[in-house]
Amino acid sequence: MANDPIHQFQIQTIFPIEVGGMDFSFTNSSLFMVATVATTAAFLIFSTSGRGLVPTRLQSISEMSYEFVAGTLRDAAGTEGMRFFPMVFSLFMFVLIANLFGMFPYFFTVTSHIIVTFALAMLVILTVIIYGFMRNGIGFLKLFVPDGVPGALVPLVTLIEVISFLSRPISLSVRLFANMLAGHITLKVFAGFVVSLSAAGAVGVVGAILPLGMTIAITALEFLVAFLQAYVFTVLTCMYLNDAIHPSH
Amino acid sequence: MNGSAQNGHGSGDDRELPEAELSERRDRLNRVLADHEEANAPSKGSKTGNAAGYGQAMKLSSEFIAGIVTGAGIGWILDQWLETSPFGLIIFLLLGFLAGVLNVLRSAGYVAEPNTGPRRKKPRDDGSNE
Repeated sequence: MANDPIHQFQIQTIFPIEVGGMDFSFTNSSLFMVATVATTAAFLIFSTSGRGLVPTRLQSISEMSYEFVAGTLRDAAGTEGMRFFPMVFSLFMFVLIANLFGMFPYFFTVTSHIIVTFALAMLVILTVIIYGFMRNGIGFLKLFVPDGVPGALVPLVTLIEVISFLSRPISLSVRLFANMLAGHITLKVFAGFVVSLSAAGAVGVVGAILPLGMTIAITALEFLVAFLQAYVFTVLTCMYLNDAIHPSH
Repeated sequence: MNGSAQNGHGSGDDRELPEAELSERRDRLNRVLADHEEANAPSKGSKTGNAAGYGQAMKLSSEFIAGIVTGAGIGWILDQWLETSPFGLIIFLLLGFLAGVLNVLRSAGYVAEPNTGPRRKKPRDDGSNE
């Protein structure tokens, strides 16, 4: 069990809750989601409570994350996109902190479950669809009809564009989930080599240096991936929101 | 802002242009594509390590798989609903394949986004133009 790379992703019930025959138990996944939200909220409230004109270190970290997300959103969706800032910032912070929490030994990685990332992606896509129709009415459908396509090809191209649009939540969620899952499994497998090799005597201990070095390198890579995937998720969210705000040109 | 407005006019009129202007436009697009590749090439070259390639692989494969899965899903649901099995699955799987290829080319930067041509570079102008 100690060497099972999948074991870390198992859901364990902490408080069993059942409502109307459905399982609403509070699990380790829920616990880490609550911890992620609580940490994010506590950090932002605590670090901005001073409101110094000259920011302290913590205050400048939260100001930097604000500026970073605001800049990304403004670049992708224009000034009008800023009305979605609360949502985009919350998504970015949630994914980033959840990914980074996963880097602690013995912690559960919330974003390594596809249902969690899929729920986040559906939130984004439903926002795009609902807001797109609210703002542009039926004109939102122009998104699926590219300019300058010969008349005979329009139905085919439109169908392909629709499928391409519907595949967005899947690719958005699969990318985040697959990166976190693959990274954590790789890390665990290489770390497992160190244990099993060093149990094999003196030669094994020397041999274990190689996977140990690999584990260290992958840990560094995983920190990069944790940040990068949160950023990619945010950038794509902003681009999709831009489609809702400006569906046709 | 002026430049982008002129661009918008240009692409609006392009549909009924004679052969010569079309080929000129094709040349221009080729040049833009070449510039784009050049701009991307050095950053790829300098980061030959695992991280960049791994990220790229994840990105492209997830785009491709998502297209196919979505197409197959739509086809399967239509089959269940209209009882046309297996034709819906066959047709939509192929369409999903096309959508997957389109997704990959789009995220690799070879195909423009459906609604934006040259404006993608200056999204800030969008709001003020309209």
